Amino acid sequence: MSAARPSAAAETEAVRELPPVPSTSRTSSAELSVRQRMREKLKAARTKAEITLSQEDPSSQPRGLKGTRERKPGVGLDKRSGNDKSREMPEGDSRLPSKVKFRDSVKKLKQKSTLQNDFPSEEEAYNFFTFNFDAAAEKLKTGAMKKNGLSEEEEVEEECDETHEDEQEEDEMDEDVCLVKDDLFIGQTDEDLVVVKPVDCESYTEQLKREKEFLFIPSMLAVPASEKMPRNMQPRYLEDEGLYTGERPFVTQSNQNILENRILRQDQGKEWFGDDGKILALPNPIKQSCTRPPIFSLEEGLAPELETVYRKAIKMTSTNQYLVGPGDFQGMFQLDIDISGLIFTHHPCFSREHVLAAKLAQLYDQYLARKQKNLTKLLTDKLHALRSAVQYSMEGAGGDGVPVAQQSIPEYKMEIRQTRRLRDAEQEKDRTLLKTIIKVWKQIKSLRDFQKFTNTPMKLYLRKEEVDQKSDEKAYEAEIQAEIKELLEECMEEYEKKMEEYKTELRDWKSWKKTQKSKKKKKKDTLVDEESEDHDFGEERIKPIPPKVANSLEIEQQVREKAEKCRRKPGEPILVPELTLSGSITPTEQCPRAEVLRREDVKKRSAFIKVLFNSKEVSRTVTRPISSDFRVHFGQIFNLQIINWPESLKLQIYETTGISSTTLLAEVFLPVPETAVLTGSAPLEEIEFSSDQRVVLDHEGVGSGVSFSFEADGSNKMTFMTSGKVSSSVSWAVGEKGIPLIPPVSQQNTGIPSALKNIDAIASIGTSGLTDMKKLAKWAAEAKLDPNDPNNAALMQLIMITTSGEAHVPDFFRLEQLQQEFNFVSDEEFNRSKRFRLLQLRNEEVAEFRNYKQVPLHEREISEKIFQDYEKRVQERDVIDSKNYLDAHRAVVANYLQKVRESVIKRFLIAKHHFILSDLVNEEEIPGLGILGLGLFKLAEPKRPLRPRRKERKKVTAQNLSDGDIKLLVNIIRAYDIPVRKPVMSKLQQPSKSSRSFNEMFAASPSAQSPPNSPDWAFNQVLVRPFVEVSFQRTVCRTTTAEGPSPCWNEELELPFRAPNGDYSTHSLQSVKDEVFINVFDEVLHDAVEDDHERGSGIHTRIERHWLGCVKIPFTTIYFQARFDTQEDEKLLQAAEKYEAECTSKFPSRQCLTTVIDLDGKTVFITRYIKPLNPPQELLDAVPNRSQTAAELVARYVALIPFLPDSVSFAGICDLWSTSDQFLYLLAGDEEEHAVLLCNYFLGMGKKAWLIIGNAIPEGPTAYVLTLEQSQYVIWNPSTGCFYGQYDTFCPLQNVYCLISCDNIWFNMQEYDSPGRIYFDISKPKLWKPFFSRSLPFPGLRSVQPEELTYEHSDKAAALELQSRIEKILKDKIMEWRPTRPTRWNRYCTSTLRNFLPLLEQNQGKDVEDDHQAELQKQLGDYRVSGFPIHMPYSEVRPLIEAVHSTRVHTIDVSNVEFALAVYIHAYPQNVLSIWIYVASLVRNR
Amino acid sequence: MAAPSVFLLAVSGEIESGEFPGFDDLYCKFSFVYGQDWVPTAGLEEGISQITSKSSVSPTTLVWNFPIDITFKSTNPFGWPQIVLSVYGPDFFGHDVVRGYGAVHVPFVPGRHKRTIAMFVPESTSRLQQLTSWFTGRRPEFTDPKVVAQGEGREVTRVRSQGFVTVSFNVITKDLHKLGYDVGQ
Repeated sequence: MSAARPSAAAETEAVRELPPVPSTSRTSSAELSVRQRMREKLKAARTKAEITLSQEDPSSQPRGLKGTRERKPGVGLDKRSGNDKSREMPEGDSRLPSKVKFRDSVKKLKQKSTLQNDFPSEEEAYNFFTFNFDAAAEKLKTGAMKKNGLSEEEEVEEECDETHEDEQEEDEMDEDVCLVKDDLFIGQTDEDLVVVKPVDCESYTEQLKREKEFLFIPSMLAVPASEKMPRNMQPRYLEDEGLYTGERPFVTQSNQNILENRILRQDQGKEWFGDDGKILALPNPIKQSCTRPPIFSLEEGLAPELETVYRKAIKMTSTNQYLVGPGDFQGMFQLDIDISGLIFTHHPCFSREHVLAAKLAQLYDQYLARKQKNLTKLLTDKLHALRSAVQYSMEGAGGDGVPVAQQSIPEYKMEIRQTRRLRDAEQEKDRTLLKTIIKVWKQIKSLRDFQKFTNTPMKLYLRKEEVDQKSDEKAYEAEIQAEIKELLEECMEEYEKKMEEYKTELRDWKSWKKTQKSKKKKKKDTLVDEESEDHDFGEERIKPIPPKVANSLEIEQQVREKAEKCRRKPGEPILVPELTLSGSITPTEQCPRAEVLRREDVKKRSAFIKVLFNSKEVSRTVTRPISSDFRVHFGQIFNLQIINWPESLKLQIYETTGISSTTLLAEVFLPVPETAVLTGSAPLEEIEFSSDQRVVLDHEGVGSGVSFSFEADGSNKMTFMTSGKVSSSVSWAVGEKGIPLIPPVSQQNTGIPSALKNIDAIASIGTSGLTDMKKLAKWAAEAKLDPNDPNNAALMQLIMITTSGEAHVPDFFRLEQLQQEFNFVSDEEFNRSKRFRLLQLRNEEVAEFRNYKQVPLHEREISEKIFQDYEKRVQERDVIDSKNYLDAHRAVVANYLQKVRESVIKRFLIAKHHFILSDLVNEEEIPGLGILGLGLFKLAEPKRPLRPRRKERKKVTAQNLSDGDIKLLVNIIRAYDIPVRKPVMSKLQQPSKSSRSFNEMFAASPSAQSPPNSPDWAFNQVLVRPFVEVSFQRTVCRTTTAEGPSPCWNEELELPFRAPNGDYSTHSLQSVKDEVFINVFDEVLHDAVEDDHERGSGIHTRIERHWLGCVKIPFTTIYFQARFDTQEDEKLLQAAEKYEAECTSKFPSRQCLTTVIDLDGKTVFITRYIKPLNPPQELLDAVPNRSQTAAELVARYVALIPFLPDSVSFAGICDLWSTSDQFLYLLAGDEEEHAVLLCNYFLGMGKKAWLIIGNAIPEGPTAYVLTLEQSQYVIWNPSTGCFYGQYDTFCPLQNVYCLISCDNIWFNMQEYDSPGRIYFDISKPKLWKPFFSRSLPFPGLRSVQPEELTYEHSDKAAALELQSRIEKILKDKIMEWRPTRPTRWNRYCTSTLRNFLPLLEQNQGKDVEDDHQAELQKQLGDYRVSGFPIHMPYSEVRPLIEAVHSTRVHTIDVSNVEFALAVYIHAYPQNVLSIWIYVASLVRNR
Repeated sequence: MAAPSVFLLAVSGEIESGEFPGFDDLYCKFSFVYGQDWVPTAGLEEGISQITSKSSVSPTTLVWNFPIDITFKSTNPFGWPQIVLSVYGPDFFGHDVVRGYGAVHVPFVPGRHKRTIAMFVPESTSRLQQLTSWFTGRRPEFTDPKVVAQGEGREVTRVRSQGFVTVSFNVITKDLHKLGYDVGQ
């Protein structure tokens, strides 16, 4: 309402007196009546109170005044113009009181009437409304007129307003009424009621004055520093003091001043100012870099404000220094590149003569250049001038004594000396240059004579300039004399200086001597402490030596020698060389063939040049042939129209030979010309280039990068690189109006936005600049880097180092400068701490600590012992320990093997940390279409088929395993062909004995003397009572005892498994070296009752076990997981991969082997291992003419080489194949090495032999050897030396997968793979799929095997020594195993056995038992002997002990038992040892 | 009493619930992964929960409320135990497939903690494999769920996030402070 008020207010005032329109009068009167009543009551109360008030306070005048005054602001605030106001005011003022008066009276009347009657009578109303008087009528009229102009609605509205107004007014009136009532009758004048006053208006200045008391407007003027600083303080600028004060945020100076002024007004405002008198401010936190809001997703549901809007690309205004902005495009600029030609200073087609000619030309150029400069003459002149000056001043000094001249004499002299030195050097250079020119020319001449043709038109003339002998000599002598004089002077000066020094030194010495003497005297008197005296004497000073006086003769000699060397002799003519190209070149027809070829080659060659602008080819010259003098003339000018300032200009020189081949010889960078260089004025410049290409030619041409010699003996070799000069010029073109067409220079320097330049070094100088220290330093200086900014610290330090020149640039780059700060302990402490060391070693996965659990928290809890083993191992890595090996060679080998193992394991550990997807994620392979179809078909299959098929389960890796969680299950099913006991009575019968069991067995039966009616016999009715004992990790389990030679047990034995160090990871499991021993024993029951009387009361039997044989299964066979690595010819490898894939896809269970890994860890194609090799001659000599026996012997020899599975040595990594010589050196290897060696021997013996890759029992996947003998295939087991016919059912080889010869691989494609059921005819590709076939012929792979094997002769003496040592060790062990009982040794028996063992070796353990048994029985008649020989290849002692232990001979607990143990070692070539151990227990018969 | 040489960490709590929109009938396996210096002294370090189905009460959460309770002793805070969760459930054809892997460290600070673990599954290497694995119900899985608790070799895998599991821990430590380790309680 108030907003609308002003305009309405004017009207209301005018219409105030308007009587209500009749139409509305009724309602208003009705309303009025209600209000009236209310008012009446109010009024009654009020008047009462007022009366009482007025009675109390007689001066009620102000009330009336107040009433009028209240009206005034209304007028004052009126929107009427000032004129109206002034005009109407007096009028209003005069009118108002009367009006009020009247109205009041009317009101009073009205009120009175209403008092009587609620509704006024019609007459009253009419009177009230029509009663008109004075000016109001006019006003009414104007109001009515106005109203007519208004619409009806407005009218109503206004009326409503009016009524409201009226009400208000009435309220006010009511108050007035009583006032009027009082006043009216008192009869006061108008003046008393209203006081007229001018508008109370303050002058502006006054207002300002007053405002000043409250307001403060800070000044915009700078505050003097003194005000900001505490008293008596000078502002201090930290920046000047070298401290870093960051960059302050930008604030305009005026704002800053305002703020300062404002702050200064405050109490303690000075606290806000820093030492430098500026307001304290933190550095600007805003980093100026472009960012862009992250865009989360382009999917639907994007907020509309994040939606991307396509905008057409706009060319950015230049941020690059080389770009002209779109705004200031000034048309094309032009760069003219003039390439005039090319001269080769060396070219592969250069003949020797050319080389020399080039050299000569170069020297001559040098000569000319020197001559032009003529430094010698210049210096000589200078020297003369100086000398004369000195002389003059000397003379002058005598006369005038000018001090200035005096002073300058030494300076002159200094200068003379220096000049002389320079001149001498120059002279020497001149002379040597001349000499060289002549020498080279002589070389050319002699070469031309020698080769009898001329290639170059070079000719050197030496012009002699005759000189006047006498004057020349005179000058020469004078020169020398002058020099001598000067030198003498110099020497004298020096002498004097030295003399001076000498004198002072001498004086010192003398004084010292004196004091010494006096001291001595004193001491002699007192005779105290001679030692100190001696001490003093020790320090005796040396008497200074007086300097030598220079010898004038010596000096003269020196000077003359030097002059001789570098100066022309007096009287000698001056030689002036002149090089001309006037010589004639021998025509091609007269040249020898090689030269003709060279010339033809040159003719074939041509060259052209590409012009690259900003690394883009813009044009190229025509291809011009290289002339015979190796010059190419182009003479082309290229006009480059450019917009931008060039970044780089480059020429590429190409040479073409013949038609096709084009080679890039070199690249030359042209400097971008200065803006002053314009076309027409630019000189041609020669820019050198050279190429490092190596070119060898088969003709006279000397080639490039090839060393050759001019000497006949080939000494003094030289090597030249193709090089030359391009003569070209680059200039700016001049436009039509003579305006150079150059891009604006301003861009060049100020084009880069300076902010960017300051921020980023890389942006302004490029990354390459960062390595260029000079550039970097320059940039740093230009960019005005704050050297104190910590951000720049590294850069600044770098620049400081490089520019100071003191320290050289470090040749390392420190990645972590702050490492020191982050070290949580010092290195020292780190090294001292055992705990840290333990943690570190564990982290490095050192074998001993890899699985170390619970590293103790406290230092004290870690014992030194932990490291002992490790340290010992590290120390003894190179020390060969022969204690454990008894044999030096094997110790060396073991050490070597250990090293190989370590390095392979290290490599493996690294590889283990490198994961591929299949290591982490199990994912099904993409099935073929067929399988996919089957998969779809499966959906329709019944969920629970009646005949469910077993599904292969996913491999689950061991998780959280601990000791006892894993058990090894051994199923013992049955045995065949168990040897039976030979009853004594049936001694004459032929025993049924298997010749096939591959462990030798022997069981001595009870003595013949035992009576036939002995109770033993009853037990012995059974031929044999075998049982099986399985031992693993020294845990033993046995089956029940069965009976007969073909027992059937069907028992499952459970053995707990413990992993080394409690580590059950894959590679750890594979390195388990333990073997599963399966021993077969014969249980023999003896009647223990020694007294026949007791027989009736009970049965006492003693159980004896007799070892029959054993099978060893390495744990690695049980747990084996293959893992491959890859590296041979890529093509071959791919073919191999393909072949393997093809084969395995058909027969997934058959292993296809094409590549293997050698000891270096490289993949090698398998056929490379097969090569005929010579077996030891000794073996072949042993059995002449019997190839079969020889073959057996060789197989036995191979089998005697100890067995060491790769999976043990290289746990979990791969199968490593060593070559046969490596194998023989290491004397250890697994089936593959044995098989390869055997196969190679057979091939060497002229047999047809192949390597079989297959599966055997008990080895698992293995390698055997197949030979073809008399149209029969024989399978050899290389690790035992046994052989089997193809159809032998006892052949341990179960499956045949591949055959390998020296030139091919055949994969078994037959339905079956057991050797008995397949054909070995490899010529049929249907049965055997060959690797190399017609489509892929054998590429002739070279064998990795050596040409020939050499064998060391066996050392018999060493073998004997080893034999006795092993015997002793084993005896000690047996005694150790019987701790509670005494162990007696039967010497007689031992010696018998010892004699018997060589016999066994001779016969390879066959068919000697009967004789042996008979002999034993004869010699040890009254003993019951139970024992057996064990045969093993020798590797180390531990397996021998293990084997003896597993026979359990020592477990016998008869009280009077005796033992016998004999060892025999047979040495084969190359230190292969066959070891026989005979253990027996003897029980004396009663 | 002598100064302690090990500190103990007792963790109890429960695998409360999971949120796997679009999947139902899920169960959860947990196991603890810890460093070499840690030894569990009591409690189960692996477990498998019941299968839980969605209900109309809270159609987004699958509640297992599967208790965990384990005590470790250790000499070294390195290798602090992590709980590894893997959630499985039947797919469209009823094959049991993995629905998420996730891991979180056991909180250091004693007291009650609640952790929401974002779960993820490895992605198939190709679209075709994705299709076939969907058919065959043999989706890619980690060879060992514990790889999610280690950083090594993870760069070769691609995973997709899928669901959340909420786990609450009540942690008690003993002697940790005495041995000089400050967990900033």
